[in-house]
This record gives sequence, C-alpha cells and structure tokens, in this order.
Amino acid sequence: MKWDWSSVGDFMPVFWDGVLVTLQALVLSVIVAFTLGLVWAMAQRSTLKAVSWPVTVVTEFIRNTPLLVQLFFLYYVLPEWGITFSALTTGVIGLGLHYSTYTAEVYRAGIDGVPVGQWEAATALNLPRSRTWLAVILPQAIRRVIPALGNYVVAMLKDSPLIATIGVLEMLGEARQFGSVTFQMVEPLVVVGIAFIVIAYPASLLLRALERRLVR
Amino acid sequence: MSADSTPTNPNAGGSKETANPTVDGSELIRFDKVTKRFGSNTVLDELDFKVDSGKHVTLIGPSGSGKTTILRLLMTLMKPDEGTIKVGGEYLTHEERGGKLVPAGDKHIREVRKNIGMVFQQFNLFPNMKVLRNITEAPVHVLGLSKDEADERARELLDLVGLGDRCDAYPTQLSGGQQQRVAIARALAMRPQVLLLDEVTSALDPELVAGVLDVLRDIAHSTDITMLCVTHEMNFARDISDQVLMFDSGRIIESGSPEKIFGDPDHERTREFLSAVL
Amino acid sequence: MSEITPGLWELVFKGLWITVQLTVFSAALGAVVALVIGLARTHRLWIVRFLSGAYFEIFRGTSALVFMFLVFFALPLGFGWQLVPMWAAVLAMGLTYGAYGSEIVRGAVAAVSPAQREAGIALSFTPAQSLRKVILPQAWPEMVPPLNNLLIELLKGTALVSILGVNDITFAGSLVRNATGESAPIYTVILVMYFVLAFVMTRGMRLLERQAKAGIGQAPPKRRKLSLRQTNDLAASGVSGGTGGAA
Repeated sequence: MKWDWSSVGDFMPVFWDGVLVTLQALVLSVIVAFTLGLVWAMAQRSTLKAVSWPVTVVTEFIRNTPLLVQLFFLYYVLPEWGITFSALTTGVIGLGLHYSTYTAEVYRAGIDGVPVGQWEAATALNLPRSRTWLAVILPQAIRRVIPALGNYVVAMLKDSPLIATIGVLEMLGEARQFGSVTFQMVEPLVVVGIAFIVIAYPASLLLRALERRLVR
Repeated sequence: MSADSTPTNPNAGGSKETANPTVDGSELIRFDKVTKRFGSNTVLDELDFKVDSGKHVTLIGPSGSGKTTILRLLMTLMKPDEGTIKVGGEYLTHEERGGKLVPAGDKHIREVRKNIGMVFQQFNLFPNMKVLRNITEAPVHVLGLSKDEADERARELLDLVGLGDRCDAYPTQLSGGQQQRVAIARALAMRPQVLLLDEVTSALDPELVAGVLDVLRDIAHSTDITMLCVTHEMNFARDISDQVLMFDSGRIIESGSPEKIFGDPDHERTREFLSAVL
Repeated sequence: MSEITPGLWELVFKGLWITVQLTVFSAALGAVVALVIGLARTHRLWIVRFLSGAYFEIFRGTSALVFMFLVFFALPLGFGWQLVPMWAAVLAMGLTYGAYGSEIVRGAVAAVSPAQREAGIALSFTPAQSLRKVILPQAWPEMVPPLNNLLIELLKGTALVSILGVNDITFAGSLVRNATGESAPIYTVILVMYFVLAFVMTRGMRLLERQAKAGIGQAPPKRRKLSLRQTNDLAASGVSGGTGGAA
C-alpha cells in the first residue's frame, strides 16, 4: 500500500468542516448531558417514589443499552411519531441523553458527598428547598465533580463520530464521504484518528491537573 | 418564603400566627408525651417538659440519654414517633385541620420553625460562602431583608462575637472557635425566640472553648433570648442557666436551679453523673 | 408496513447470537491484553512501562469507531489480507477495551499492599510466583466490579460493528426496519435485548465477585436496588465512564 499525501491535502478542506461540526455537536451535547444529568440526579433523590422510581429505571435502561441503537431509535422513530429534527439535532439529543445518565451518577455521588450537616444547617436557617439546593448543596457538590464530568466530555468526544451513522458530517462523516468519492479511505481515516488523539490527549492531561487542584 | 415585614422588631421571627413573642415568662416550648425511637431503641420515652419564654435551660446527662434528640426534634431535623411539640402555642410537627390534629405541611413547619435557631456541634457553616454571606443568606432569602439591612445586621453580630474583621474570610480560613462564633452570629441573625445549642464546644480544641463560651455568656446575659443548651461544660451551665434538667435513659430524672442540681441534687444518678464529669 | 415475520425474528435471533459471540471473543482478547498491558505498566524496566503506557494513552485518546474503521480499511491494504469482518471486529474491540481494562488491572495490582510483595520476597518466590500466588489473587476481587462496568461498555460497543457490515443484532435491526417499514417495534425489541444481556452479565459478574471476595475472606458489598452497576464513585469514574473514560 502506498500512502498518498495528495489525498491528505485534498481531504483537509472538508476535514476542517468536519472538525467544526464535531466541536459544535460536542459542545451542545455536553450542555444537554450536564443539564439533564443534574435533573436526573435530583429527581432520583426525590422522596416521591412516583418521581424517583421511573427516573431510575429509565436512566438505568439508557445507560446499559448502546448509544448507536438509541441514535437509530431517535432518528427513525421520532419522525414516525411526527417529531422531526435535523440529523445534527438528533445526534446532539442522543449523545447528550445517553451521557446524561452517566453524569447523573457523577452528580449523585457529588450530592451524597455533601455532609448531612449542610442540609441540617439549611433547615435550621429555614432556607427554602430551592435555595438550599442552589446556594448550599449544588455549589459544593459540583465543585467536587468537575474532574469526573470533564472525563465524560472526553468520552463524549470519542463517541461523537457515532452521529455520522445518522448522516451528520462531522469528522468521521466527512472522511467516509471523501472515501466513497475518491476510494481513498485510509488517508482521511488516519487524519481523523490522529485528530481525535490530538484533541483528547491534552484535554485529559488538563483534566488530571484540574483534578489534583480541586479534589483534596 | 414569606417576607418579614417588621425586621426592626427585636424578635422579628415572630409572625401573626405564632404567640406573642415578647418575654413574659409564658410557656414557649412544650413537649407532650413525646416518644422517639431508633429501631428498637427508645431514645425518648413519653417525655413531657416545658420551657418558659426567656429562660436559659441546660440539658445534662450521660451521652445517649436523648438530650440532643430533643434539640433535633425542635429543629425539625427529625420527627417524633408519638406525642406533640408546641412552640409559642403552635404545634410544630402537627397542625389542626377540621378539628383534627394532622401531620404538619411544609408551610406550617416553616412558619413555626422561624422562631427557632440552632448552633451545631460541627458548626456546619457553608464552606462555599464567605463569612458575611453565611450570615446574610437566610435573612435575605427567608426573612426578605434587603441586602444592605442584612449586611448591617451581620456586621453588628460579627462585632458582637468579636469577628468584625473577618467578613471576607472563607470558613475554612478560620479556626474552629472562630467558625463556631460565626455560626452563633448566623443563628442570631434570624432573630429567633429560641436558640438551641448542641454541644457547641465539643468539637473545639480546648484552648478555643473559652472564647466561644464567653460569647454565649454575653448573649445570655445581655439579651432575653430563650436558650436550650446541651453541654458538657458544667461551669458554663452553672453560669448561664435558670434551670438544669438531668436526663437519663430518655427521661428527665431531675430538674431544678443550677444551685440545686450542682449543689445538692436529690437523685443518686445525678450525683454519680456530676462526680464523673466535674 | 408489516409485522415482524418469523423469518425476520430468526434474523434478529441470529444477530443476537453474533452479538453474544462478539462480546465473548472480544472480552477474551481484551482480558489478555488488559492483563499483559496492565502488568507491563507496573514492570520494573522503564522501557516496558513506557511502551505499555503509550499503548494505553493512545487508545484512551482514540475513538473506538474511528479505530474500527481503520482496522477494516487499512489492515487489508497494508498487509494484503482481508480479515473476516467478525474477526476484524473482535481484534479492534479486544485491543480497545483491553487498553481500558489495563488501567483496572494496573490500579488493582498497585493497590495490593507493599507488605504483601515483601512477604513474597521473604518467601523467596520468583517474581512470577509472587504475582500468581500472592498479588493477583488479592487484586482480583478489586477488579471484578469495574470490569463488570467495562464489560457492559464492551457489549454496547459491539453495536458499532454493524456499521462495518457485521450482521449483529443492530445490523439485523436495520434489515428488519427496511423490511417492515416500521422502526419503533424493532428498535424497542433490540434495546430490550441489549438490556437483558447487560443484566445477565451483571448477575454473572456479581457471582464472580462474591466468589472472589469469599476467596480472600471478605463479605460481598451491599448495592443500590435497581442499579446494574457498581456505583461510580468519583475516584473510580476514570475507568468506568463511557467508552472507557479518559481519566
């Protein structure tokens, strides 16, 4: 086999388009995952069984089934129900929803880690429940879980090419399209593979540094 | 969250639904046949007792005798299994609805709880807030004070506890004794009628205990706040108390003036306990 | 629009069987890789530590799907032989999840107290004997719960191979969807099947954990109801997250 540098050169313009889409999808799905995860974590703590039970069951189910099939489900089933999103939106929802079940566990551990005395002090001061969560519990819980959440950002980055399967032209999608036109698959794939390492490795180094600073 | 419209009232915690908060020696706290169990262990056994407004009452007794449980029940950190508790004439954990006594709703508990403040053994300051905000958080968000009013009140209280210069510190930057004094200021900022003190010096290094007790003595002598105090500091109890209750196995076995209890207790168990701790 | 016919059901169950095989074979390869790389990362020679560490770091940064594509497209070109898609998939999955697993092995081995190593030396065990008779039996119970999480991630990861034409259960799902023109029933069925597989695996791993713990005289831990996994406490999140996490 011969490595073809000109093929790499031809791929680069669309590659950069793909990078942009990957980062866009990543940022949006991270926002979904971080927000929804917090909702799940708080709902699981609810004293109302009618709230905590279904949420626990649903998050367990989502967490233990493949993201790929979930993406297909969203992409093919939602339109049958009359809900139509763009491929990118579907991908963001799928990726974000899937990982929200992981971040929920992270938040849960963080919330459990806040000493019970903090809840008691809030009760003694008669703080409303919403204020207790917002001003007392969550600021303490989230600080502890930032490194763990960061790990999931990297994990989500690595899973983001899955949305290529529903037609989103992110990095892998662009590589496949390029390959199907030029019949040169290896060069674009190697470029994309390296791109993931180049983005993910410094990110995880950064996270480890952050972890040392935040977790005492 | 109901705003308090008269924050200048010295006992601003009082609301129209609660009894007259002025100090007239009337009954402020009443336990009626209160029973509390943990599993098979009965911590409080049909306990009856009352505290009059403005009084400083100290609960003493061996650990595990249920003293702290009384404070925690009053603070609604736990619920009694049987019996009722009244604060300022209002049921704390129950409310009357249609002539029947039913478990209280959140709103009712919140309203009655406004009259109670608590200082914890482990301080329980909010580590994510600076000292000043620890104190202003509840007055702003529960009593509805403006930020400026709350700040002013907090600064006064910090002066009172001798920490006027530490407004901008984070709790972790303070010594245990300083943290506990902030916690006292935080509780007082809500202008409660009753202050519950749960072994407030037990977690402190010995050299820091005196500073905290001095602050509390000051408050006991200069205000008319009702105090309910669990402590192992018998000298402190003798100094501030109007009444001392001796607890054993979930019952009050003896009560009286500090002179009586510390000087000439009736009960053999009290004598034993005191000789062990003094 | 039509029902899922018996013929289509047969397709689904064949796919299920392929998924099970993929999981088992990949897990077997992954276990070997995890053990070798994990132990190499605690080796006394720095070059061994460096190379095995580099292996782990590369896979940690690599997207499993992109790597799979590379194995499918580059290996035949580079080496001139075409792997059967199934085996290419097993190779890709085993190498990837083995890398994640090496972190679990390394962590558990490192957690065995140094006094135990010294005891091994005092008894004049060779390093290999010490590893086999002293270190690994103690590290093993610590590995089982995170390996359970990883195994479920691996099971979920096998779905990716359907994109490359391996006729696993997800692939069967696409075929059925095309045949019936309906997506909701078949994808619901498939998700439930994956969930049941994960559930069965968890039960198995719990038995294994109980046995492993009993083997060193410990009682099994209590778990949250409902939860398939060991709780991800913050410290453990590094090796249990997503596609192996990134800690």
